[in-house]
Amino acid sequence: MSEKHEVSSVPTTGHVWDDDLADLTNQPPKWWMLGLTASALFCVVYFLYYPSFPLSTVGGYFKGIGGWTAIKEMEADVGEVEAVRGKFEARLKGMTPAAILADSELTEYVTRSGKVLFGDNCAACHGQNGIGTHDRQGLFAPILNDDDWLYGGKIEDIHASIEGGRQGMMMAHKDILSAAEIDALANAVAKGQPNSTPLFAAKGCTACHGEDGKGIQAMGSANLTDKIWRFEVRNDKLNDAENMKKLVEGIKRTITYGVNSGNPQGRVAVMPSFKEAGKLSDAEIKKLAVYVYKFGGGQSDAPAAAKAPAAGAAK
Amino acid sequence: MEIERKEAGSVTGIYQELEHWNVNTGAKTIHAKRMPGFFRTIKNYTQALYLLFFLVPYLRWNGKQAILFDITNSQFHFFNLTVLPQDIWMLSLLLLLLAMVLFAVTSVASRVWCGYFCFQTAWTDWFTWIEDKIEGNPQARRKLDVAPWNVGKIWKKSIKHFIWMLISLLTGISFSTWFVDAYDYWNKLVHFQLPLVGWVTLATLFFGTYILAALLREQVCMWMCPYARIQGVMTDSQTILPAYDFRRGEPRGKLHRKAGEEGRAAQGDCIDCYQCVQVCPTGVDIRDGQQLGCITCGLCLDACDSIMDKVGKPHGLIRYTSLDELEGKPAKKMYRHPRTLVYIGIILIAFGGIVYGLTHLGSIALKVIPERQPLYVNLSDGSIQNKYDFKVLNKTDHDFHVTVTAEGGVKDQVIIGAEKPLLTHHGRSTSFTIFVRAPGENIKREVTPIVFRIQSVDDPLIAAEYKTKFNGPKR
Repeated sequence: MSEKHEVSSVPTTGHVWDDDLADLTNQPPKWWMLGLTASALFCVVYFLYYPSFPLSTVGGYFKGIGGWTAIKEMEADVGEVEAVRGKFEARLKGMTPAAILADSELTEYVTRSGKVLFGDNCAACHGQNGIGTHDRQGLFAPILNDDDWLYGGKIEDIHASIEGGRQGMMMAHKDILSAAEIDALANAVAKGQPNSTPLFAAKGCTACHGEDGKGIQAMGSANLTDKIWRFEVRNDKLNDAENMKKLVEGIKRTITYGVNSGNPQGRVAVMPSFKEAGKLSDAEIKKLAVYVYKFGGGQSDAPAAAKAPAAGAAK
Repeated sequence: MEIERKEAGSVTGIYQELEHWNVNTGAKTIHAKRMPGFFRTIKNYTQALYLLFFLVPYLRWNGKQAILFDITNSQFHFFNLTVLPQDIWMLSLLLLLLAMVLFAVTSVASRVWCGYFCFQTAWTDWFTWIEDKIEGNPQARRKLDVAPWNVGKIWKKSIKHFIWMLISLLTGISFSTWFVDAYDYWNKLVHFQLPLVGWVTLATLFFGTYILAALLREQVCMWMCPYARIQGVMTDSQTILPAYDFRRGEPRGKLHRKAGEEGRAAQGDCIDCYQCVQVCPTGVDIRDGQQLGCITCGLCLDACDSIMDKVGKPHGLIRYTSLDELEGKPAKKMYRHPRTLVYIGIILIAFGGIVYGLTHLGSIALKVIPERQPLYVNLSDGSIQNKYDFKVLNKTDHDFHVTVTAEGGVKDQVIIGAEKPLLTHHGRSTSFTIFVRAPGENIKREVTPIVFRIQSVDDPLIAAEYKTKFNGPKR
């Protein structure tokens, strides 16, 4: 095989190309051979340590002497996260939502970690970040970022809503009021001045919405004097006049067919009790209450004191 | 001669060159002679700079490690200065600066880095010094290598390897202590409580030092180091490098007393004593010309000069000189070396950037992220509310309160969430949620620019601004 080439003392492989081209049988450098051997050894160790090849005869696979599995690694990672969250979760357990809100560190923790809970349980109706969702009839579930709350915006009220659920109620008025009366009422309400028509008091609307039309939170009746509507939102694609028309139509529909009235054309406004459904633990409900409160619409326990400086600055 | 010249350039010509060209693939261990001299002394001093590598981590400043690349907390401490990841762009400028210094120095004075400053050179030099002390001079070492294994040989070899490993271990420890508190590290090390990453780093550095500096030595420079090759192509005919003056030296030959005056006149100054090869740590023959294996350490200059002293010839048969000069061409002026000038230009730009960065570090940084879902919220009184996530990075070493104000935006807007000054924690980013509420009728545009300004309550000079937007409904 080996044959000496005339230009070198190193033996060649014996093959000559193009008359004088031959391969010298030089050894690769030692460091390179060491590297190659080390790599081969690494492969052996790696194959033995990790699950690496199937054993068809016994129908399983070689489990590896290191005992590594993807599930174990995942569990270890979860354990790491739990360890970080554990100390916060332990503190949350014995606290009221208001106390959590008063603790800036816990509030920070809840606003950061509550996103998943909210996404899993609330966002289906209320939208990601509480922006509300729409169906063909209008707004399906209320926007949670604003300062208008049917059942109250204090932390305890929000907590109670999540825990016990809410169900709006308004009877259908199609058999009680004439079309003209409904039209007059709807126009007055749309302007935010329900009392501009005597019908508002005369037809008993005040029983639920209050004499001033500002709603009664204990009943969940809507405030009819503000700029936020439970079932209608402004459509940016339409101009003001068109939006007003759309709003009046929506209000007429609500008055005519009611809310949760059993009428197939009525509005539906149902939120299940997350406690009864067993979907959320007490701690999770508390976290969600704080999370929702922090969207920006939460109202503090002493609204007068908190609003005073803001009002002053506005002037 | 005629035949050789004809064949030069043909394929077989390369093979012929190969025959007398010694390619060092590490088959033979190079046992270089140690000789005192000017360049040896310089090398000792420059390599002694690596003492800083071992000692600086123990320096304390204000109760903390003076220089610490704190990876766990993503901070870099340099005495009073703390650089956070936000200012990491300066690191890229620093790397650029260092690379350009390497390029510039190499283009002017060849591989100064390799010969005098490289850790591979330095560690190898120390390791062979230890070998020299334990096993004796190169002849004794070569004899010992081929000698049969006996108690004496085993004893000498184990002592040598033990000291090498000790230095390698210390190297690994010293490297680690630049990244974690040095005293804390030692405490954990002696109690075997280092984290896994600590052990891996230590083991990597230990084996790396031992294998590269003790066993592979010049093979690293010849076949592994990319910088040897990169620097090799940066020299040109104007670069000064250790070179053999072939005009003066050739034809080389042994010094014969009998030759007489005539014979000596026909001979060059090189007496073919092989001292330059004997002292070379990479085992090259500098008389073959500039080559890859030459790390330009100047040790052959020391050797040759000492021989020239003995034979009564002037110094400088091997000397730092440019190829132009060797070939008798006129030396060009520095400004006619545009490559070096470009390097220096880039150095100045990078240096200017770093100086700017360090003088404009600031004490506080503000980032405001407007909420995108929803962009704005309609409120019951018809006003519009925007939500902003404030991230305030307090770069000082103490906590302080900041006030939040806004410029621009919408008429009669109100900032909510910063009624009282907000506490920012030092050395990290603190987040706040800030709302801005503006009357709907005052919003004239869908997007209104707004500039937030935060300012320390204690020191009005500590302030930062951030330009962002206030979103409203379509008009």
